[in-house]
Amino acid sequence: MRVLELIGALVLTALGHLRGNAEEIGRGILLLGQSLRWLFRRPLRVHEIVRQLDFVGVQSTELILLTGIFTGMVLALQTHVALSRYAAQSLVGGMVGLSLTRELGPVLSALMVIGRAGSAMTAELGTMRNTQQIDALASMAVEPIQYLVVPRVVATTLIMPGLALLFEFAGMVGACLIFCTQLGGETAAFIASVRDYVSVQDLTHGLIKAVVFGFIIAAVSCTKGFYVTGGSRGVGTATTRAVVISSLLILGSDYVMTTLMFTSTS
Amino acid sequence: MIQVEDVHKSYGGQKVLEGITFQVETGQVVTIIGRSGGGKTVLLRQMMGLEKPDAGRILIDGVNIVDIGPDQLNRVRRSIGILFQDGALFDSLTVFENVAFPVREHTRMSEKQIRNTVFKKLSEVGLTDAADKFPHQISGGMRKRAGLARALVLDPEIVYFDEPTTGLDPIAKASLYSRIRQAHLERAVTFVLVSHDIKGVLEISDTILMLWQGKIMTSGTPDQIRNHSHALVQQFLTGSAHGPIPLD
Repeated sequence: MRVLELIGALVLTALGHLRGNAEEIGRGILLLGQSLRWLFRRPLRVHEIVRQLDFVGVQSTELILLTGIFTGMVLALQTHVALSRYAAQSLVGGMVGLSLTRELGPVLSALMVIGRAGSAMTAELGTMRNTQQIDALASMAVEPIQYLVVPRVVATTLIMPGLALLFEFAGMVGACLIFCTQLGGETAAFIASVRDYVSVQDLTHGLIKAVVFGFIIAAVSCTKGFYVTGGSRGVGTATTRAVVISSLLILGSDYVMTTLMFTSTS
Repeated sequence: MIQVEDVHKSYGGQKVLEGITFQVETGQVVTIIGRSGGGKTVLLRQMMGLEKPDAGRILIDGVNIVDIGPDQLNRVRRSIGILFQDGALFDSLTVFENVAFPVREHTRMSEKQIRNTVFKKLSEVGLTDAADKFPHQISGGMRKRAGLARALVLDPEIVYFDEPTTGLDPIAKASLYSRIRQAHLERAVTFVLVSHDIKGVLEISDTILMLWQGKIMTSGTPDQIRNHSHALVQQFLTGSAHGPIPLD
């Protein structure tokens, strides 16, 4: 009898979780639908979009440059070790270039932006919800979704390709630096290898990924923050979940996009 | 005029409002009193259009805000000012910018006109010196006064106050009530307060409604409420631990 009770309780808990997740997904879709509706309606919140471009983009450049440079340096060292086994060290530039433009640039820059800007979006919107600032906006006849969500989604989607590009550039510089100073290579050989192996299509596919990642980051972070419940603890939980969900969605969607983009061209 | 007709609201099966009906004439000061957690703020949220009731109608100057779309609701909201419990100031903006916010959103005033309008309201609530401070740099009482300036800056026809004096010291309370009274003397604005500060609301209100177990238990002028014969009202007015209202 106790076993049956236990199974029953487990099934009910699982159903509860499923229901909770379904509700969350539904809320997210509704919020995005409303955001799309408000995106094309006046007043266009250009000032807010610029503010978000500054917050998500300009203020992330330092972090992106640093992580990009270190990633490139490590990649150069690792690919050099692997390629040395086949006496193909001259291909380091090409391999690093391909890794950065196709995968690491968009994915790692997105993960950095989640940590720096996505989490801040959730926490800021969640705090605004808790302190009735979102209600205050609505009561002043200002549509909160248009004022708070739309600029964040637009800015993050627009700026992510730029950040990914910056990451890739910094990565190349870091890799070239290591290739030329530590691994005994030459700049010209590095650049030639990059030119030989990295195509414009690699770059554009990576940037398309970055656009999708930017949208995911803002959509998840805003949804989690906008519908926060449960005081400061709720804000903490929502922020953690926003980071986890956006990271998983980015890695998952990266696989799907890679399958669609690169298997068809290879 | 505000008409609340048979409004019901439940959360997850728990009934909070059960058939609330009353009306507020233009220019009146009406206060809703009742125990904490008794549904006063929930009622105010329905009256602001922040939540939709499960049943019933809420008419603001003849427009049923329960049945209208967001654009129409925003038009109605432009004639309403709200002072939230903790001021609900935008913490990324200074006091000046907070008060200027609705002006920038809903008027085409020049920067000079905005500055004059905002400073006039800030001086009415005694906050000109705090104009450049952020909400976290000022006291709770100052935040409420800044919230009051923001609520009044567009000269609304209706102003809602959600627990305006909670957490304030007696001097700050008296100061806030005097600002509210002053604002009401200057224009025939309709004020709806939600409060359990009995002493203050008895002085300031034209009509008092008492909310009890999701219903309007009684209503009347401050004198009628003061002299009410029901033990429940008297216990609430005196704040006694003994009587029909059970302790938590």
